[in-house]
Amino acid sequence: MEKFTKHTGVGVPLRQSNVDTDQIIPAVYLKRITRTGFEDALFSAWRKDPSFILNQEPFNAGSVLVAGPDFGTGSSREHAVWALKDYGFKAVLSSRFADIFRGNSGKQGLLAAQVAQDDIELIWKELENAPGTQVTVDLESKTVVCGNIVAPFEIDDYTRWRLLEGLDDIGLTLQHESDITAYEATRPSFKPKTLPAKLS
Amino acid sequence: MAKTLAEKVWDAHVVRKGDGDGANAQPDLLFIDLHLVHEVTSPQAFEGLRLAGRKLRRPDLTIATEDHNTPTLDIDKPIADLTSRTQIQTLRNNCAEFGVRLHSLGDAEQGIVHVVGPQLGLTQPGMTVVCGDSHTSTHGAFGALAMGIGTSEVEHVMATQTLSLKPFKTMAINVEGTLRPGVTAKDIILAVIAKIGTGGGQGYVLEYRGSAIRALSMEARMTICNMSIEAGARAGMVAPDQTTYDYMEGRPHAPEGAEWDAAVEYWNTLKTDEDATFDVEVDLDADTLEPFVTWGTNPGQGVSLSQSVPSPEDFGDENAKAAAERALQYMGLEAGTPMKDIRVDTVFLGSCTNSRIEDLRAAADIIRGREKDPQVRMLVVPGSARVRLEAEAEGLDRVFKDFGAEWRFAGCSMCLGMNPDQLEPGERCASTSNRNFEGRQGKGGRTHLVSPVVAAATAVRGTLSSPSDLEPAPEPVVEPVETPSASHAA
Repeated sequence: MEKFTKHTGVGVPLRQSNVDTDQIIPAVYLKRITRTGFEDALFSAWRKDPSFILNQEPFNAGSVLVAGPDFGTGSSREHAVWALKDYGFKAVLSSRFADIFRGNSGKQGLLAAQVAQDDIELIWKELENAPGTQVTVDLESKTVVCGNIVAPFEIDDYTRWRLLEGLDDIGLTLQHESDITAYEATRPSFKPKTLPAKLS
Repeated sequence: MAKTLAEKVWDAHVVRKGDGDGANAQPDLLFIDLHLVHEVTSPQAFEGLRLAGRKLRRPDLTIATEDHNTPTLDIDKPIADLTSRTQIQTLRNNCAEFGVRLHSLGDAEQGIVHVVGPQLGLTQPGMTVVCGDSHTSTHGAFGALAMGIGTSEVEHVMATQTLSLKPFKTMAINVEGTLRPGVTAKDIILAVIAKIGTGGGQGYVLEYRGSAIRALSMEARMTICNMSIEAGARAGMVAPDQTTYDYMEGRPHAPEGAEWDAAVEYWNTLKTDEDATFDVEVDLDADTLEPFVTWGTNPGQGVSLSQSVPSPEDFGDENAKAAAERALQYMGLEAGTPMKDIRVDTVFLGSCTNSRIEDLRAAADIIRGREKDPQVRMLVVPGSARVRLEAEAEGLDRVFKDFGAEWRFAGCSMCLGMNPDQLEPGERCASTSNRNFEGRQGKGGRTHLVSPVVAAATAVRGTLSSPSDLEPAPEPVVEPVETPSASHAA
């Protein structure tokens, strides 16, 4: 995973709450078996509407999405994160993220920065009044800067550390493989196994 | 120290405690007892293993089924949609390569992953269960800690049989009282979500408690736990009890003999200690609950069926107001319209929320001897091939077919419309599934989430209806059967 320290790019105000992952990427795109190439799928239903924010310059070149509360609810599809990344987004700002989406973002190097709703409102106004305004998201200092607005954001320390270092989760866990083996030896024998298969 | 059910299951699976304390604590490494796999969220994970030259650590704790993409008609023919066919073929290839047990289309154990696990007896109390699907919370009905995960985590579990997780907070959902006739588990969970909101459960594991929960069957508990994710929760749980054990005993992978006794002894410890505290408690009165239905485009936008479509002005919060306005526009609804005046085009009985045998029986009991509204299309999709066989053995397929419903093969089907079962733009559906998101059941489709009995009553009347709105069904014509009189019996 690439390291993430600081990013500056065009902010995109998405004035909407409860942006579920079915909106971020409809199920029809989930049939693909690759991990990349989902940029066309991002918000595909909404992008059919010419007035949608990503159909307007300069927002179409945005890389920091500023959304309403409860972003990423619903389906666990990591494709939502892949689609945001493939489109060019590096960070999403919201006052509340769905747990699974937040987890998926952390695994893929997309920064899910939790910003107070009052600050989101200020940033929305700034971006709407001066389209194309750049937003800087600084992971080291955990701050967002947009015009004159400087707002703190929250992210859990472990995810922050992994993003800053660009660490691979599986590699980290396998450093403790002996612990896993030791745990496996203690599991009760009544716990089920899928193999050999037993059928009704 | 007194613990909640969720904390007990968590603690029993810690492979390695995270370093540090409090806010700086690193996540715990948790062992995963069962990993369920399906075709949509696994191909990139298998590919990741292959690229890194890693093995799948525990094929004996992993099981796969085909569900999201599978057609529910003509299942003996090659899948017509080429991308769907490729994705399913990819799962078959991957399972063969990595030694994973797979129940393919046509197999008697194929079906929705969250129906298959419990039905095989693989879901048991006190386990950790994960799947690359948010409705994995279903398995919490057995007192398991069951969570939906993303594809990176799927790969992590495949490689290590563990997950790095930060402890969750705990929330008790206390449901006391007795449900009235026609009110079901689906109405409980829709009411819970309407109460706490789609984000109300974020960061929490919910434990459903109280007399109304204890009185529910396993199928009903699965319906409730299934939709925990729609309240934003990572998981939902119900403590195991005799109802759980009765459901499990004799299932293919349930323990037997001395193993069963040892298991039950352990399972009996899986309840929240009396002096344990939850971070949050929420109360719901079962006595006064009515059939519930959604009017909007997220599962929290619901009301009692006897109420009317709300007005955006009813919402104090600006975001909720804007969301309501947008939802009404998408749904093509006017504020103030009685919910029962809303006409539907389609009724969908299925999904991991409500496609088990009990759900099919409940719906069949409503429609038996009645006629379907001729304008309404009704799709009945059993949760698994096994459920379908069971239903056919009971003659439920005949009840549905005689009524004019389509009797399909098992899969996720119209819940998310990845296969050909989709709504047309503008089409309105009463659906027993779990999500009423924009376009979820097909582009431009409009979804009202309901229970199986409301779905059935709606198919009769053509408008959103509860069973109590129906005229009495005509007396069935039955052959006279000789029954022994009381004196003979004595």
